Amino acid sequence: MNTSPLSHPGLNLGSVDEYSHEEAEPVIFGFWIFLMADLVLFALLFATYATMSVQGQADGPSPADIFDLSSAFIGTMLLLASSITFGMASLALKYRADGPHLVLWLVLTFILGAGFIGMELRDFMTMIAQGAVPQLSGFLSSFYLLVATHGIHVTAGLIWMIVLLIQLRVMGRTTTVKLRIMRLALFWHMLDIVWVCIFSFVYLYGVTL
Amino acid sequence: MSAESSFSLLGNLGAQDISFVHAYENPVMSEFIAASAGGFMVVGAVIVIALLSYYRGWRSLWFDWLTSVDHKKVGIMYIVVAFVMLARAIIEAVLMRYHQSIAVNDPGILSPDHFGQLFSTHGSIMIFFVAMPFVSGMMNYIMPQQIGARDVSFPLLNAISLWLTAAGAALVMISLVVGQFSTGGWTAYPPYTSIEFSPGEGVDYWIWSISLTSIGSTLTGLNFATTIYKNRAPGMTLFRMPLFCWTTLCTSILMIFAMAPLTIATLMLALDRYAGFHFFTNDSGGNMMNYANLFWLFGHPEVYILILPAFGVFSEVISTFSGKVIYGYKSLVFATMSIAVLSFTVWLHHFFTMGQGANVNAVFGIATMLIGVPTGVKVYDWLLTMVRGRIRLSTAMLFSIMFLVTFVLGGLTGVILANPPVDFAVHNSLFLVAHFHNMVIPGVLFGMIAGYQFWFPKAFGFRLSERWGKASFWCWSIGFYLTFMPLYALGLMGAMRRTVEWFRPEYLGWLQVSFAGAMLLLSGFLLLAVQLIVSVRQREQRRVPAGDPWDGRSLEWSNSAPPPEYNFAVIPQVEARDAFSWMKEHKKAYLSPDNYEDIMVPKNSMVAPVIGVAAIVFGFALVWHIWWLAIVSFTGIWGTVIARSFVTETERVIPASEVRADHEAWLARVREAPVTPREREDTSDNVGRAEVLA
Repeated sequence: MNTSPLSHPGLNLGSVDEYSHEEAEPVIFGFWIFLMADLVLFALLFATYATMSVQGQADGPSPADIFDLSSAFIGTMLLLASSITFGMASLALKYRADGPHLVLWLVLTFILGAGFIGMELRDFMTMIAQGAVPQLSGFLSSFYLLVATHGIHVTAGLIWMIVLLIQLRVMGRTTTVKLRIMRLALFWHMLDIVWVCIFSFVYLYGVTL
Repeated sequence: MSAESSFSLLGNLGAQDISFVHAYENPVMSEFIAASAGGFMVVGAVIVIALLSYYRGWRSLWFDWLTSVDHKKVGIMYIVVAFVMLARAIIEAVLMRYHQSIAVNDPGILSPDHFGQLFSTHGSIMIFFVAMPFVSGMMNYIMPQQIGARDVSFPLLNAISLWLTAAGAALVMISLVVGQFSTGGWTAYPPYTSIEFSPGEGVDYWIWSISLTSIGSTLTGLNFATTIYKNRAPGMTLFRMPLFCWTTLCTSILMIFAMAPLTIATLMLALDRYAGFHFFTNDSGGNMMNYANLFWLFGHPEVYILILPAFGVFSEVISTFSGKVIYGYKSLVFATMSIAVLSFTVWLHHFFTMGQGANVNAVFGIATMLIGVPTGVKVYDWLLTMVRGRIRLSTAMLFSIMFLVTFVLGGLTGVILANPPVDFAVHNSLFLVAHFHNMVIPGVLFGMIAGYQFWFPKAFGFRLSERWGKASFWCWSIGFYLTFMPLYALGLMGAMRRTVEWFRPEYLGWLQVSFAGAMLLLSGFLLLAVQLIVSVRQREQRRVPAGDPWDGRSLEWSNSAPPPEYNFAVIPQVEARDAFSWMKEHKKAYLSPDNYEDIMVPKNSMVAPVIGVAAIVFGFALVWHIWWLAIVSFTGIWGTVIARSFVTETERVIPASEVRADHEAWLARVREAPVTPREREDTSDNVGRAEVLA
């Protein structure tokens, strides 16, 4: 089992399919570190929101005045479902060397993700139409920054997904492309977790305030 | 800003924003100084371009350097950026010291606005564009060689980090010629830096140059941490790593966690300024205390991001020039780790006076004093390393010893300031200015200069002149004390920082002494330049091709000087701490390996320079509100990244036969090289084959 004289933190896959796994170790590990740095960013946005949602309302509305829970809930379900479909894509990547499964699951994930972004934009539009713009109060500034940062991440993930779908077509299932799909999967699931926090902390807790 | 500018294609940019035009329209001393600074930059750029053309250097510059992803070249380029920016920041410091020394009951030579720009650029440059690139460059050059790796884990990402930092530096330089820089200090506290009180492009220059470099540093941290965790040579366990690698690891971890608060703070400030958000405004629920917290959540770990690598350098230098194993290796590792953790628990001591209440202040004051404990452990370890060692007072060693003395002094004034009641009395006074210069000049700059002296022969293949190095050392040391000891006194007398004009005649003498010291510091810097020029001219007598001029202890000394592109012909097997010393003692150094293999090295790539240039354009466009250009350059950056992901041939092979030929030729040369005793290491006898002290 232990062929390497040295165990590193993270994946230690050296004993099977050595070359691919050697290549995989640093990129996957490095991507975990990137996610960690990204989560620090979100943590700070949450902290800022925590102070401003209560103390920064000024003369503007409170969270309960403007949040549309049912709309946010639909968005949440879309995003959670997209995590499941990405999970299926990962399984297809591992167990089905050929066939359309991988691409189909990825396309389904894309549609669900795009649906989430659509719902989010619709919510923003509704809020803006009600006059709840980010320039109104510190609370709204921090709300828009937190939620939109997540939204921009999801959008980046969608663009990444398109690039990878093209690469699957052009380059085929090379180790490089596989590793990129694995990293996108990690990214996607992380965004899901962040959204769960946003939905619970910003929306659900927000309307009780 | 020029609101009357009607040519919308250039956003807010107008002709009168060019510093020369500005000086022509307002012919006063302060404007002339600003215009000549801009002129210096333009002339400097023209001279560099002319020299490159004259010596036909463009090809080499592009193919050997700018497109290179080799960690060694990236490291050297970082340090070049650091030295260029250091020149500017030192000149600014001298200018400010001169202005203050004559501005007692006198307006001096600088307008208040210009003076504000000077202390803002001086601080921002010294932290972000001198200390950070110097530290990153040093880690880049040394760490992979010390762990027995051929490169960092992500070489292209490394080059992109460099270019993002360089792009930030370029924006600060551009602000000399086009427009004004911020007057909000290096911390850029709102509400002063909000659009209401600081309209115009100054703060925006600060925001975008800092944002670019902070993203670059995050990526550097990620890259180095992965390299250290995943890319070590067989046998190089964590507890066999040289201390410099440990400090690099801790710094990388700090970068991963601590750069995000800065990115967020600058982003929020930008949203306040550009889009009318209310994060830090006085009205509509904004709260500037959030900025103070976010900024110092970054700002305090940043101090250790800078100082820890220097601690690593001192550990290597002191151990090598004492001819001894480092004393208390494990205690140094644990002290480094403790400092890294504690550095996140003290940020509030930067604003004790901002109304948190006594208990909160007490907690952070005690945490601050606690950092003194692991730092004290380190100082004792370094001292005990020297005890009964055969100490050679080389330039690098002199800087290290001066660091020990001076840094302890600065640490003591830090403990004084950690006491909230005392801090209330001297907050924002020159006492504070003296304190942090007393930490970062010995703690960062002396460390980086020591590292530069120590590893220069490894990087370029010849030794630097010790005579000029020591002359520079005396200027730096005496200059430091003359400049900053008077500031302690002035601070206690009530002089506040960032003051443009004084009305207390008793300050005069102290300020004049301080100015004299600043001139000495400038001389120290110029002597470093002299040292470099003299050494380059005498390079033939100074060559150390065998690669080990100082009887080095870690793996980077086991290969040639300069090292081959792939660092190690064969990845070394590590058997002990101080791996190269172990090899020399066990007669295992300079042996021919049994067999050679093909080596894969990353190909050059123009991706990093393209992203760097696009980032400069992006920053510039945002500063001047040229929206179409911002969109184009932003798309350019990400388009480049996506296009690169379609490139499959990113590595090239160096055949085993070539590696064998080069390595065996070098080994043959080393075996013939005369062994130099330590007392002759500063003579032309020293060709890089050190006598091994048993």
